[in-house]
Amino acid sequence: MNTNRDKKEYWASFVQRWSGVLLALFLPAHFTVLSLVLQGEQVLDGFLYWADAPIVKFAEAGLVGLLAVHLLGGVRLLVIEFFAWKEWQGYLISVAGTGAMAAGCLFLLRAF
Amino acid sequence: MSNRLEFKIWLAHRLSAMALGLFVVVHLAGMMIAIQGGVSAQEILGRTSGNYVFGLFYSLFVLAAATHASIGLRTVAREVLGWKGWSAGILIICFFLALNIVGVSAIGGLVL
Repeated sequence: MNTNRDKKEYWASFVQRWSGVLLALFLPAHFTVLSLVLQGEQVLDGFLYWADAPIVKFAEAGLVGLLAVHLLGGVRLLVIEFFAWKEWQGYLISVAGTGAMAAGCLFLLRAF
Repeated sequence: MSNRLEFKIWLAHRLSAMALGLFVVVHLAGMMIAIQGGVSAQEILGRTSGNYVFGLFYSLFVLAAATHASIGLRTVAREVLGWKGWSAGILIICFFLALNIVGVSAIGGLVL
């Protein structure tokens, strides 16, 4: 039977998987940017100047949200896998979604 | 692939997730504090140069992130693409090594 909870579980699993893939593919770019410091301060500053554009800040806030949703969804999975099932764990999906939105918004507030 | 090896890979994914839970929270909090008022290479290096605690923290972060991301991509390659052969294994190991090399060398540039 395809209950509402099953649908929520499906989407939680879907978001967990694909947010993880996007974050994994972002990691090489993130590390490469950080390693620009090896070429000198000016090179890293050149990137940081580019990253100061509003559109980049919004993209970064999206990444923070993605990281937060993957983190909170991951905590939910660990709780389910390593502890006995309790009814309150069903609310962890909502906690993950809300926490990710809050993290993204907080980042934007700090960035501007 | 033996069940024993699969279990070890699953365990490495979960243990790295637990470590990342701590690392990511500290990282996000640190970024949100650091970005206010904009960032420059000089300001970043001012915080990180000679800071060996920072270097150790982020080296462990890179190792955990590379482990978690590589195993996660391996799972997606197997379950979504059906890609299980030795070529997938070699690509994932290369991805893991590249992340560690680029990540740790970037940290070296920031700390040393």
